[in-house]
Amino acid sequence: MKQALLSICAAALGLAAAGSASAATTLETVKARGKLVCGVSLATPGFAAPDDKGRMQGFDADICRSIAAAVFGDGDKVEFVPTNINTRFQALQSGEIDVLSRQTTHTFSRDASLGLDFGPTVFYDGQGLMVPKSLGVSSAKELTEAAICTLPGTTTAQNISDFFRAINGKFELVVFESPDENRAAFYSGRCEAITSDRSDLASIRAVANNPADYIVLPETISKEPLAPAFRQNDSQWGDIVSWSVWMLMAAEEKGITQANVDEKLKSEDPDVQRMLGATEELGKMLGLDNKWGYNVIKSVGNYGEVFERNVGEGTKLGLTRGPNALWNAGGLIYSPPIR
Amino acid sequence: MAFLHDMRFRAYFYQIVAIGFVALVGWTMFSTASGNLAKQNIATGFDFLTRPAGFVITESAIAFEATDTVGRAILVGIANTVKVSLLAAIFGTMLGLGVGIARLSHNPLLARLALVYVELLRNVPLLLYLFLWYSLIILILPPVKQALHLLPGVYLSNSGLVVPAALVERGGIALFACLVGGAAAALAIRIASTRRRVATGQSNHGGLIALAALLVPALLLWLANGVAVNWDFPTAGKFRLTGGLHVRPEFVALLFGLALSVSANVAEIVRAGIQAVNKGQWEASAALGLSRGKAMRLVVLPQALRIIIPPLTNTYLTVFKNSSLAIAIGYPDLVMVSNTVMNQTGQAIETIAIFMGVYLALSIAISLLMNWYNAHVALRER
Repeated sequence: MKQALLSICAAALGLAAAGSASAATTLETVKARGKLVCGVSLATPGFAAPDDKGRMQGFDADICRSIAAAVFGDGDKVEFVPTNINTRFQALQSGEIDVLSRQTTHTFSRDASLGLDFGPTVFYDGQGLMVPKSLGVSSAKELTEAAICTLPGTTTAQNISDFFRAINGKFELVVFESPDENRAAFYSGRCEAITSDRSDLASIRAVANNPADYIVLPETISKEPLAPAFRQNDSQWGDIVSWSVWMLMAAEEKGITQANVDEKLKSEDPDVQRMLGATEELGKMLGLDNKWGYNVIKSVGNYGEVFERNVGEGTKLGLTRGPNALWNAGGLIYSPPIR
Repeated sequence: MAFLHDMRFRAYFYQIVAIGFVALVGWTMFSTASGNLAKQNIATGFDFLTRPAGFVITESAIAFEATDTVGRAILVGIANTVKVSLLAAIFGTMLGLGVGIARLSHNPLLARLALVYVELLRNVPLLLYLFLWYSLIILILPPVKQALHLLPGVYLSNSGLVVPAALVERGGIALFACLVGGAAAALAIRIASTRRRVATGQSNHGGLIALAALLVPALLLWLANGVAVNWDFPTAGKFRLTGGLHVRPEFVALLFGLALSVSANVAEIVRAGIQAVNKGQWEASAALGLSRGKAMRLVVLPQALRIIIPPLTNTYLTVFKNSSLAIAIGYPDLVMVSNTVMNQTGQAIETIAIFMGVYLALSIAISLLMNWYNAHVALRER
């Protein structure tokens, strides 16, 4: 009994200590640890999923690598922590992870009430619906009275409820905790349609026996800007996350790629010189190495390369750039000037 | 200072210190957590319960619309949890009683079959069985477009079983009153007839009379055209059947899985309870000329019941808590609804506190009920 009391006492003290240990900035913590701890999805092909060699691959994983490259000059100094959709914010709040790069939608209430801030949008997504071609449906509005499968996470359940309420239609919602059960129920015909972010639908379609049998309906029923998140009240760390992402976008705009970044070091373009750290000392202002921009591009390439490698038309997901094209190519991807 | 050497005083003193210490630790944890949350600017409190939920719950034991509050959504989750665990406990107990008795059968085939049944169900995690039953239902049964038409108005597909729903248009209250009154009368008659039989030693037709008392008033009301029922037959809609009563595969798979798991546990408890009754009871019953079946029903089972009740309480608590596995196969129980709420509000601590509180309160209620029943049937020493 006495020992039990002692251990409870120790646990309580440990808890109190954990509460006050947040004095160090995130950058200091990350540097002292020697690696970045990045929260990603459990297994979402194209965004974060281990390949056959066990290396984490995907769009979200590459965002983590770019931040690690900015801090350490080495994109592989990352520990990927798969986070559950329900506890991802708690993992960030508690300091278990340094940054959350997990197809997370930037919304007002998350920004305002969860003690975290969002970086720049890395992927403009929207909720869509996928149906078998054999159903003969060409618009989501024709889906009244249908059963729709979804995951409990995010705001999908609310968006789809709002959509059908707006057109005054009834539907049956079937909610699964596990993505595998969700897919299985859809493929077996338990539900007529499955709803999720369009990027996620592409990922679900990619693993179907015959992907050509399914179509994603044209409606986008919600705006889902996916962005990395970090704890609030740490502007320095927020700046590092944001500018690592913007560096990827600026690099695409300037035509700097993973392959030609060494050549570009000799570029005459003053913008490129500043970005790669050939002139001026921008990196120091962030508390980073002056070659941080060079390191980011050297380790993952530019935004376009990250997109095409993980989710682009050449991959199983087969997504077009759409709104994720550069601003000067008709898209929304726009980096503030790096100067 | 003599009271310091008083054993009773010291016992109380230590207990009060222990309770105080636990309370202090609890309070420290709570205040640290809420302090940290406030410091990180994370919303706290239970205000979110009154906000509109904004999502639909298809399977709900009480009426629910997307415009209702989050609090009501959680209530729907509680109702769904209670519904499925209660039905699973009832079906599981009936099945388990049969299997437990079969385990002791003199017929070797029956006894071995019961043994295999129990061991198969007890030794594989329930979650795997739930996946199995659910996969079987949605993979083996045809999609709703090719639903099996079993009887007029009865359809079976991988979207569940649809049967015609009876909507009572008129005389519903009268019918209900007749049934309740009939049940009360039947109970009274049965008690009176048993007393009479014990007193006179002669068998009477108490059971039959009680059954008549239960059914005749309702039947008379029906024949007198006091009740009008409108049958709502399911019809083929654009994608699925509309109207009628839907029994969804998620519910069936969960009920089936839970009930089977209960039945295996109950079977073992019943077997152990029966074997614990002294062999002399069987022999005495045989000496009185009772058949084996009657000896079991009238002599052994009532005595076994006293041993069975306490472990049975555990089984019921387990089924109630296991119902939270519903989340794996898409049945909207308390945990699933709470998860959706958690995702929309981000207030995980409060939501988890609510569902832990609900499980705790309902589990304690089950324990109290079973303890009361246990005290009721326990052997009273005179």
